[in-house]
Amino acid sequence: MAEFTLPANSKVGVGKTYKAPAGAKRVKEFKVYRWNPDDGKNPVTDTYEIDLDTCGPMVLDAIIKIKNEIDASLTFRRSCREGICGSCAMNIDGTNTLACLKPIDEVKGAVAISPLPHMPVVKDLIPDLSQAYAQYRSIEPWLQSDTPPPPDGERLQSKEERAELDGLWECILCFCCSTSCPSYWWNGDRYLGPAVLMAAYRWIADSRDERTGQRLDSLEDPFKLYRCHTIMNCTQTCPKGLNPAKAIGKVKQLMLERQG
Amino acid sequence: MKDVREALMVGRNTEGKLVRRPLSPHLQVYKPQLSSATSIFHRGTGVALGAGTLLLTAWLVSAAAGDAAFSIVQALLASWIGLLVLMGFTLALFYHFCNGMRHLFWDSGRGFELEAMHRNGRMVIAGAVVLTVVFWFVGFLVW
Repeated sequence: MAEFTLPANSKVGVGKTYKAPAGAKRVKEFKVYRWNPDDGKNPVTDTYEIDLDTCGPMVLDAIIKIKNEIDASLTFRRSCREGICGSCAMNIDGTNTLACLKPIDEVKGAVAISPLPHMPVVKDLIPDLSQAYAQYRSIEPWLQSDTPPPPDGERLQSKEERAELDGLWECILCFCCSTSCPSYWWNGDRYLGPAVLMAAYRWIADSRDERTGQRLDSLEDPFKLYRCHTIMNCTQTCPKGLNPAKAIGKVKQLMLERQG
Repeated sequence: MKDVREALMVGRNTEGKLVRRPLSPHLQVYKPQLSSATSIFHRGTGVALGAGTLLLTAWLVSAAAGDAAFSIVQALLASWIGLLVLMGFTLALFYHFCNGMRHLFWDSGRGFELEAMHRNGRMVIAGAVVLTVVFWFVGFLVW
């Protein structure tokens, strides 16, 4: 059931403020969601003042600077710092994106940072993605075919068949889209969400895969697929510029077409 | 039915003791988008149309019930507050109609690109307002 307010233990209080060093000229405030499983308290928002003259251009640069120089306890995921690993997905300035791809100067005023929305928090900016990963596993995201591959080489595709996968294979599973979707917030226990549905379509659209029918069968469900109401927050927020809403639309079309 | 995500709301602290995890903020932090706004308006206007249809039914039923009943309902609907409600009803109707066409368009596989989505979203809002204004302009002319 949809609950529009946060549970009592999740309400966010006001935390500490860390002032910028004296003489800093270009000061920017970063308001960061903090929750520590060890102190038994509610989450708070800590405020860090950063001198942009001594900081890299991206939001990830700022939070790494906070961790290195101000508060080593700040906890977040990051790896590639160039938008290909999907680790630093978080809510920045009210929309989900990758901290490494988000320029600080795109944000007017203070930069508000919180974990991906409507997820269980492990610590600070780290959400528990177990549910999303389990859903990803459920669509069997690998090539399935009864026909053995040719003995002398790989399974070939025409250029047109391969082009069908463009805009799908680039997904890095950061789950910015799924956690931007109100339908996934309210029904994420049974609705698969945009990231997983786009991954499902990636295999449905693959000319080499021979399980199209079974894949559609497993999605033919009022919750798994049809909780998508074409809200399109997913496409709006995708940091890779992909279009999950369109992929889900194609799945729905295929469902109709096979009914004849 | 119990939400299976409930199991993930329990974690462990550094000492290994079970702790209840917070749910990360959602509506509280997510900025309203044109995408989500047009969607929630669609649902809201759908509910409003249900209420409006009751109003329309009351009007028809009162007409069937006789002069006395009809004149009460008619006077109520023709009062400024009644007219305001009716204007809201027609705005909801035109919005739901226009956005419903947008949904049909999507169902045919078109209009998913971000630019198109923004364009047709704004068209729906503008269309609903224009249709409502024209409707009431003509309505008052012939009244």
